[in-house]
Amino acid sequence: MSDKMHLKMTVNGKQEDLLVEPRELLIYVLREKLNLTGPHVGCETTHCGACTVELNGKSVKSCTVLAAQAQGAEVTTVEGLSTPDDLHVLQKAFREHHGLQCGFCTPGMITRAHRLLQENPNPTEEEVRFGIAGNLCRCTGYQNIVKSILAAAAEMNAAKEAAE
Amino acid sequence: MNDLTPTREERTAKLKGLGTSRKRVEDVRFTQGKGNYVDDVKLPGMLHGDFVRSPYAHARVKSINIDAAMALPGVIAVLTAKDLEPLSLHWMPTLAGDKQMVLADGKVLFQGQEVAFVVAEDRYIAADAVELVEVDYEELPVITDPFKALEPDATVLREDLEPGADGAHGPRKHHNHIFLWEEGDAEATNQAIDSAEVVAEEMVYYHRTHPCPLETCGSVASMDKVNGKLTLWGTFQAPHVVRTVASLLSGIEEHNIRVISPDIGGGFGNKVGVYPGYVCSIVASIVTGRPVKWIEDRMDNLMATAFARDYWMKGKISATKDGKITGLHCHVTADHGAFDACADPTKFPAGFFHICTGSYDIPVAYVGVDGVYTNKAPGGVAYRCSFRVTEAAYFIERMIEVLAIELNMDAAELRRINFIRKDQFPYQSALGWEYDSGDYHTAWDKALAAVGYDDLRKEQAAQVEAFKRGETRKLLGIGLTHFTEIVGAGPVKNCDILGMGMFDSCEIRIHPTGSAIARLGTISQGQGHATTFAQILASEIGIPADSITIEEGDTDTAPYGLGTYGSRSTPVAGAATAMAGRKIRAKAQMIAAYLLEVHDDDVEWDVDRFQVKGAPERFKTMAEIAYASYNQAIPGVEPGLEAVSYYDPPNMTYPFGAYICVMEIDADTGEHDIRQFYALDDCGTRINPMVIEGQVHGGLTEALAIAMGQEIAYDELGNVKTGTLMDFFLPTAWETPNYTTDHTETPSPHHPIGAKGVGESPNVGGVPAFSNAVNDAFRAFGLRHTHMPHDHWRIWKTANDLGLHG
Repeated sequence: MSDKMHLKMTVNGKQEDLLVEPRELLIYVLREKLNLTGPHVGCETTHCGACTVELNGKSVKSCTVLAAQAQGAEVTTVEGLSTPDDLHVLQKAFREHHGLQCGFCTPGMITRAHRLLQENPNPTEEEVRFGIAGNLCRCTGYQNIVKSILAAAAEMNAAKEAAE
Repeated sequence: MNDLTPTREERTAKLKGLGTSRKRVEDVRFTQGKGNYVDDVKLPGMLHGDFVRSPYAHARVKSINIDAAMALPGVIAVLTAKDLEPLSLHWMPTLAGDKQMVLADGKVLFQGQEVAFVVAEDRYIAADAVELVEVDYEELPVITDPFKALEPDATVLREDLEPGADGAHGPRKHHNHIFLWEEGDAEATNQAIDSAEVVAEEMVYYHRTHPCPLETCGSVASMDKVNGKLTLWGTFQAPHVVRTVASLLSGIEEHNIRVISPDIGGGFGNKVGVYPGYVCSIVASIVTGRPVKWIEDRMDNLMATAFARDYWMKGKISATKDGKITGLHCHVTADHGAFDACADPTKFPAGFFHICTGSYDIPVAYVGVDGVYTNKAPGGVAYRCSFRVTEAAYFIERMIEVLAIELNMDAAELRRINFIRKDQFPYQSALGWEYDSGDYHTAWDKALAAVGYDDLRKEQAAQVEAFKRGETRKLLGIGLTHFTEIVGAGPVKNCDILGMGMFDSCEIRIHPTGSAIARLGTISQGQGHATTFAQILASEIGIPADSITIEEGDTDTAPYGLGTYGSRSTPVAGAATAMAGRKIRAKAQMIAAYLLEVHDDDVEWDVDRFQVKGAPERFKTMAEIAYASYNQAIPGVEPGLEAVSYYDPPNMTYPFGAYICVMEIDADTGEHDIRQFYALDDCGTRINPMVIEGQVHGGLTEALAIAMGQEIAYDELGNVKTGTLMDFFLPTAWETPNYTTDHTETPSPHHPIGAKGVGESPNVGGVPAFSNAVNDAFRAFGLRHTHMPHDHWRIWKTANDLGLHG
């Protein structure tokens, strides 16, 4: 064990001040210290993506990011995408198109999809498949996840057009 | 009635009952990150446990020094076998009648075996302490090949077993032998094969793999010493059985144990067994008086908990020269690893492998399975299949292909002329099963027509010619499969787990205002029980599915059941749900008749109400009846509206399907491209088509993984070569194709609603479809059979061995 360090970061819009060990992983701090249990641990080797969160506007696997690397950063987890009364289009689309089964990959998958659609608001099926290739799902075979994301993209684009 | 009166159709639609693609109720919390999985359970003062694991596959443990670990601040305890021995918990019984070390008792028998259990204030300290435990090992010779394990002078692996003594399933013929299990008529089968016009022989290996759900296994044990109650949260596919086992092992009375399966992040068979981690978390909580959490990491999961398959299946199939099958012989050498911890019904050490005559009318057959110990992890779980059914389906579907080659016959036609005909059901198989129902020819013709089979064969032939002319390096494979499953274990008369009959249960309470809660003995791991069981009930009792809460997994509240695996939830608990619903309806009928002031026999059920026969305008809805049951004194009828059903199925169910995979293979790189995958499933009555389709997509993707690259591989020293997701293949969205799903519907004649179960069909049927496609691509070049997994290297090697690289 080494001396603890003072970590300041913004998580889901809220300023957090924490004492952490330099070796603590971001997923651990999110889950154990901030009680944000949406992101999950599936592999601890960056393969499965169940722990995906946004760090300064990029998707990261929080199981292999040190909490210290989030010093001063903006972090968004699935809990930050919506409120129970006002779900994100992606969350609704995943339900509508049966894009989840056991739900374990879902928070990471939706968080990744959320970022993907900001990077590419109008993706092709191929681009969606490539864009979520860092997130594994064992239940759905991806077909309905892809469908959910494409449907959400279409709905978000339609809403944007209507607003313009 | 007037225009505002809802029609019968409108009332039916409002229920969202059977056949509706009802959106899942689970998704609302899962999509918001508000699931509650075992690692999300957090209790005051909770400690964390982690294992010291063996780096060796076979070694004596000469000494364990825990001093340095105990000296680390934050370490509370380090448990070894010596600490568990006074409690008789250093070994535990397995589901297969063997026993397994909880912590290494003098030796280790596989890499990753649990040696010591460290308990610390947090995970980081526990991990540090694991490194500080000093274990002195003396390496012993390692056996990873089950055939070598049976050589006369092979090293004795299980020194704890008395030499020459019988095992749980009869005589052991060698010190590394576990059992010989046989079914069928060996003599008649040999006779049929010896006198046959055509015989095909092949060794078909179904390699060792792993269910690898995205959530690993784990538990949280909390022993409350004040009131003597143990609460255990965990990744349990069978929570009630876990409670019984925990009671038998610990001596704590069963009423003082509460087992809770919270949300489970995928199971696929991985979470059926009882693992040392569960036991150690319980003991550690008893010892420390604090809650103890154990969560395995991915490497632990792949190395130590619950492999699947590892069957060497030597087959002989005989036929007349025009293709009518006359006999099937199969001998399996089954690698069970260091302990026989297979999760099978007690009387079936090889599960339901003897469904291996498949969809075919085979007059005589014999199966013999030799279980063997090796220095590999224990397990042998049903990875998304019903107890060795996927091995059986793979075996017969490969043998059919090999026989087609031997006969120089089209493999689709060979299947067609041997299918059990519709008029033969119920069908008695040569290996002792009674197939409840089926219509294979209809399904097969529909599948072949859907993919344009004849044109595909023409295209394939043209591509072979083009390949030979040097115009392409790609080959086309057409992978055919017609599988028959056997699911829904099972009749209590012959199916039990540790003596517990494999019934299942449902308890329903109708609330005064007409909504309801139903609790079941099963537990969803992604199957969507909260959605679909409510649909069964909605159709039975006329209360909308949206007004029915489904609860599972808490042994203090749910009725006893054997859990969810082997596609048994719908066939068994689904049946219990329907039967409990019918009990509710029977009582409701009496109440309705009383309220309507007519005789019980003068009312009839209609969607959501009882109405007076011939006067449908006089009715009482189920909601009105429920209210009356709580607020009226009805002569001869107890107050309230509740029912419970424990359902013992009279037979298993036999879902089937026709799958066709069209795959292009690059002979030079070994890469494959799945051009089309068509999956027709017949699971009887369809409860929720959306959920069924989702299950098929997922199961096919698991099959894709298994057939095309996923394996638990060992080197000759017993090192696990595929212990992380870097090496263990889980397909991404990029590698996974889109699937076309289709169905026929042949209801089960003995199931209350005719449903058969579907979750495992796509794994069972998918693996042979993918593998047959690879094999078929090379058929024109003389290939009979090549083993899975068909990764790029192995496909390249096949092409190379066939001389296709010039």
